[in-house]
Amino acid sequence: MIMQSEYIMNLASKGLRIDNRKPEDFREIKLEKGVTGNAEGSARIRMGKTEIMVGIKMGVGVPFPDSLDKGVLIVGAEFSPIASPSFEKGPPREEAIELARVIDRGIRESKAIDLENLCIKKGEKVWMVFIDIHILNHDGNLIDAAGLASIQALLDAKMPEYIEKEEKVNYEKRTKPFPVKFKPVPVTVVKMGESFFIDPSLEEENALGARFTITTMDNGNICAMQKGGVEALKIEEIDRIFDLAVRKAGELRKLLK
Amino acid sequence: MKREDGRKPDEMRPLVIKAGVLKEANGSALVKLGKTTAIAAVYGPRETHPRHLTRPDKALLRCYYNMAPFSTNDRVRPGRSRRSTEIAKVTREALEPALFLEEFPKASIEVFIEILQADAGTRTAGINAASVALADAGIPMRDLVTSIAAGRIDKTPILDLAGKEEEETECDLPIAYMPREKKITLMQMDGDIAQKNLREVIDTAIKVCEQIYEKQKEALKERWVGEGK
Amino acid sequence: MEEKDAGEKKAPAKEEKPQAKGLLKKEREFVVPGDKIVDSMEFLPGKNCFRDGNSIYAKKIGIVSVNGRVVSAIALNSVYDPKTDDMVIGEVTEIRDNGWVVDIKSPYHALLPLSQVGEYVDPARGDMARIYNIGDMLYCRVSQVTTAKRIDVSMLDRRTRKFHGGRILEVNPAKVPRIIGKLGSMINMIKDKTGCITIAGQNGLIWLMGEKPVQDLAIKAIRTIEKESHKDGLTNRIGEMLDKAGGAGKPAAKAEPAKTEPAKAPEKEEKK
Repeated sequence: MIMQSEYIMNLASKGLRIDNRKPEDFREIKLEKGVTGNAEGSARIRMGKTEIMVGIKMGVGVPFPDSLDKGVLIVGAEFSPIASPSFEKGPPREEAIELARVIDRGIRESKAIDLENLCIKKGEKVWMVFIDIHILNHDGNLIDAAGLASIQALLDAKMPEYIEKEEKVNYEKRTKPFPVKFKPVPVTVVKMGESFFIDPSLEEENALGARFTITTMDNGNICAMQKGGVEALKIEEIDRIFDLAVRKAGELRKLLK
Repeated sequence: MKREDGRKPDEMRPLVIKAGVLKEANGSALVKLGKTTAIAAVYGPRETHPRHLTRPDKALLRCYYNMAPFSTNDRVRPGRSRRSTEIAKVTREALEPALFLEEFPKASIEVFIEILQADAGTRTAGINAASVALADAGIPMRDLVTSIAAGRIDKTPILDLAGKEEEETECDLPIAYMPREKKITLMQMDGDIAQKNLREVIDTAIKVCEQIYEKQKEALKERWVGEGK
Repeated sequence: MEEKDAGEKKAPAKEEKPQAKGLLKKEREFVVPGDKIVDSMEFLPGKNCFRDGNSIYAKKIGIVSVNGRVVSAIALNSVYDPKTDDMVIGEVTEIRDNGWVVDIKSPYHALLPLSQVGEYVDPARGDMARIYNIGDMLYCRVSQVTTAKRIDVSMLDRRTRKFHGGRILEVNPAKVPRIIGKLGSMINMIKDKTGCITIAGQNGLIWLMGEKPVQDLAIKAIRTIEKESHKDGLTNRIGEMLDKAGGAGKPAAKAEPAKTEPAKAPEKEEKK
């Protein structure tokens, strides 16, 4: 609705938000782990009304030709039609693909998963790790919510046993903890008018000009970035966004169990 | 800091830009960045199909990014991939701030980017080509859009990563930049880099964007009022 | 319609004047989108230009033109943007209950409503195709452009017509004003010197009728104008070019007009 977007932008010009949050406030976040039985690891996050479930599944497969001694990481995101009236069934849309790829880069580039540890037999057999992001309710800021839930799900994961003789995975016996080395956390900052907000709701996302996601590691280093939205940004504005995102990433990381 | 191909740290690969390379398109451009070759075609503004995508207040900008099957050593499977879908999206967002789309309500403008040869930096080459093609098509714009990627190796910001550098770099950071407005329209990054070192990498990239801008202008000038005409 | 020949004639006079304060580009200088043309509030942005702060910038690739205080860029390439009262050439692409859809090579198709046709038509009887059928080429007037970009064309004008025979040449719409020239000077010269009947639509479609060599000569002239529109002294050069080559073409067309069926120079026509 154009009227609603104009109203939100109007508020933003005074530094105000439609739900009375301060610019640097997250909505209430509830993060749970181990929410489903058949996955190797799982997590559910509620960020305001946004609700996402992430499941980790593992299997055995062939390594990629350019990394014969490394496990394979695959991140997928599905915008379930139940999550929003604008979602449809069918191939993943642009937003879903971007979401999955931004999360993928954060985890891959931070080397959060020790993929070398997931090699069973070099060049032949490696563990494949699937991170599946399932959007249950879309009320904005999917990247931050899905990113945090993905790390939580990885921390929750236990490796199933691989039975060499039968060439079979025994999903009944999950004992070894999954090799997570770092905890990369994405934080998205949006620019609305001249104000910078975090954790935009869907209404705010529909009104926003520019969106900037910065994925930060435990040591404060940055491992992935992605600008979105059709507004251009000045360099000084990007500096401000860095500071805000890095500061807020620490807050989110504390929620991980 | 010595580079594989002998370039200086802040030197891009040889850049060639040609405007108006396709006959049928309203505007077109070819960009060669080292061995990477991208061609962009612009169609429109024209009627929007399917109709329900029509926007009442401005033109719809659609971008497509495709790698030719023969553009890399391993054949690229034809059709859209997740990667090409994402690149098309960020390309659209990189170009849209430069356009006066409000001048053509309900119409659509299509930008097709085809990578003919891939050797690092395909998305930035594609954006450079698309920007020139849009100007070539006579689409009203507030600025041109320039694009390049930068990284950091051995504590030195490195421009336009190529070859082995892509593995050695701390980060790979493509940006798109409007030189007149001095604004960034695309920024992505992956790697592992301290915040304090990031600004230097960005500044290195922006500096060379000014050079790309001059090349884009020359290409358009040559095409429209060049002596060869 | 812009009259660029006027600019051509005025140009030398302007260059003699001292450079106006704040003007950063010369008359007829090439600009790309985002190029700063003026750094002063003394000027106003004209066609294909916009103001940002104290400065005026070009919006399109073009040639700078300063007229008094108004700075504009004459576009070098552009799609046709319909304006009321433009005369355009279009192809009928669809027949609807309320009229004909006409493709006028613009971002929006035009409608020729039943009310804008001289004859009485009864759509219920299905005789609309008898008046204008799909594929017909029309020379029509843009009668309405709404803010929502609904475009209507009309055949209720003495100048309008449906073409029978002849051929269609497509040119860059940005160059049409130059091809027509001041008060039609350029196109009339082409007609006179080649003997080819020529009608130019503002939308970049040009209809030509005449014998093949005559047509070819007219097309050569038009293509030259299209390519060199940014250069000075074009009218004279085209005139010379036609005089040199046209000596043969013109009399041939005038003397034996019906000998080799001039209407049978087929291109888009002859569908029925």
